[in-house]
Amino acid sequence: MIRLEKVTKFYGRGEGETRVLKGIDLEIKSGEFVAIMGPSGSGKSTLLNILGALDVPSGGNYYFSDTDIRALTKEQLALFRRYILGFVFQGFNLLKKTSALENVEMPLIYLGMKAKARKQQAIEALTSVGLEDRIAYEPGQLSGGQQQRVAIARAMVTHPKVLIADEPTGNLDTKRGHEIMQLIKNFNAEGITVIMVTHEKDIAAYASRTIYLRDGMIEKESNHAV
Amino acid sequence: MLFNAFLQALREIRRNLMRSLLTATGIVIGIASVIAMVNIGKGASESITQSISQLGSNTLYIIPGQERGPGSQSVMVKAFKMKDVEVLKESITTLKAISPSESTTMTVLYKDKNHQCSIRGIDNGYFDVQNWALKAGRNFENSELRTGQNVCVLGQTVIKELFASDESPIGKKVRLENFSCDVVGVLEAKGANTFGMDQDDLVLVPIKMFQRRISGNDNLHLIMAAVKENIPLEEAKLQIQRLMRERRHIKTGEEDNFSVRSMTALLDTITQITSMLTVMLGAVAAISLVVGGIGIMNIMLVSVTERTREIGIRMAVGAMAQDILVQFLIEAVVLSGIGGIVGIIMGMAITVGVSVAMDITLVIDPSITMIALLFSMLIGIVFGIIPARKAANMNPIDALRYE
Ligand SMILES: Nc1ncnc2c1ncn2[C@@H]1O[C@H](COP(=O)(O)OP(=O)(O)O)[C@@H](O)[C@H]1O
Ligand SMILES: [Mg+2]
Repeated sequence: MIRLEKVTKFYGRGEGETRVLKGIDLEIKSGEFVAIMGPSGSGKSTLLNILGALDVPSGGNYYFSDTDIRALTKEQLALFRRYILGFVFQGFNLLKKTSALENVEMPLIYLGMKAKARKQQAIEALTSVGLEDRIAYEPGQLSGGQQQRVAIARAMVTHPKVLIADEPTGNLDTKRGHEIMQLIKNFNAEGITVIMVTHEKDIAAYASRTIYLRDGMIEKESNHAV
Repeated sequence: MLFNAFLQALREIRRNLMRSLLTATGIVIGIASVIAMVNIGKGASESITQSISQLGSNTLYIIPGQERGPGSQSVMVKAFKMKDVEVLKESITTLKAISPSESTTMTVLYKDKNHQCSIRGIDNGYFDVQNWALKAGRNFENSELRTGQNVCVLGQTVIKELFASDESPIGKKVRLENFSCDVVGVLEAKGANTFGMDQDDLVLVPIKMFQRRISGNDNLHLIMAAVKENIPLEEAKLQIQRLMRERRHIKTGEEDNFSVRSMTALLDTITQITSMLTVMLGAVAAISLVVGGIGIMNIMLVSVTERTREIGIRMAVGAMAQDILVQFLIEAVVLSGIGGIVGIIMGMAITVGVSVAMDITLVIDPSITMIALLFSMLIGIVFGIIPARKAANMNPIDALRYE
């Protein structure tokens, strides 16, 4: 489903040029759960952002189900994110002073859904992460684990094909981290492709495949027994 | 989508209520002054038009000299005589009534009371020209006019000042400084004119008596004439001008040394002044609206920067550049529109206040209200476009990383 060919990412030019990704070849099949590991600064987030169409590569090819993502316009990339992808970030990235329900409803507005259907679907998503009794709470009134659940509900409410998660447990204690991973694991079991960056081994263990990045290149790969 | 952007805009404005209100102040002041200005201007000219038609839109004023301004040219110019009035009365058939009108201010005494007011020397035509009826008594008899006898007709204010409420002035004698005068009639009340002057504060006397006892000469400085119904004012005016030029021996090519004026000319002047004022104040309002617009642009730029992260999040979930553009544009429009609505309400309140205080006809023009509202929203679009484009042109990843 996802195919990267010799994807590079450079910042700056000439003397000050930083080569963050130095030619990534990667294939991810539909329904896979891929973890990306590697030392800090190895280019994990950069790779994930390119996969998530939030950033564009400097070179190479990116195909999604035979669609050449690099050939898409800004608007088409927005639609790609809108209909195909869901995002979860380390820092939650919820809208401040906005209720959990409204945060989860927000992507549905861009899908053009009517208020009533939107609310119903958002409540369903919040229920699926166990927050049905917190829908009116604002991020400031929720714990870190709860905030990340809202973020997961927001990512999943549009029923995306791929969930992109950059250190989803990075700001959480171990117990909350595993709770979040259990949720993500459940979504993966329903057929959603998951691509996740982490630097914790026991978090990566939830994935079916782990890719090790070092210095902008794929160092090794390992498959886990499912 | 648009409706959601509208709700979102209201929420953002409420979130920063104080800042939003201060930002909208420029628009509020601009719109309020436009509304107040236009409505008060319209009300004032309506009031003036009304009172001028009360004064008699069919009245002509014949004055010696061309300018009656501070140049006091009229003193230099030959005054009219009673003979002029008589000839005009006989020859100009388009006139309904005509009368001289000479005025001065004097003290009127009755018993132990005295009161200073306007004394006016007139002919009986005056009552018709002014369309002024008598409440009691009679006008002047021909013999009284011819010989200039000491008789007078009193206005309501004079009566109030000098007589007890249950006392009838008819047949009583009042003193005009050093001579006494029989009261033969009482005028109906007319109230204040447009300029706030009490029209009832006067004593009417025969012109002959005024000339003999008060002015001491036979000069006339104002002749008033009412034109018959259905006759154009200009026609009567031309007839009078032709006759007076002849009587005053003005050669062809020479300018008139008198003028024939009508209140419609005054009305034109007033309209001119009003529209000039409107344009000037309109410019002031426009400047304040531009200032208000810049204020909105400024605060929207701040808001876009503050909400960079939010923009990134929205882009991550699939908002297109145009969605972001519309969101911020609508926020600017709602902000300026609220300013516009508050401004309209304030402008109307000012209009009502000024109209009541200055006794002007209350006019609230619905079209200017609509225009003001649309204009305030237009300001939001014009000054909101730069911040909105700044937001829309952000890169999703840079916006998300923004600290
Ligand atoms: N906008 C940028 N400009 C220059 N360098 C950048 C930029 N973004 C990331 N980098 C660099 O790219 C490298 C990889 O960053 P990142 O992908 O975030 O690493 P990781 O997520 O593996 O810790 C880092 O050295 C970082 O400094
Ligand atoms: Mg990272």
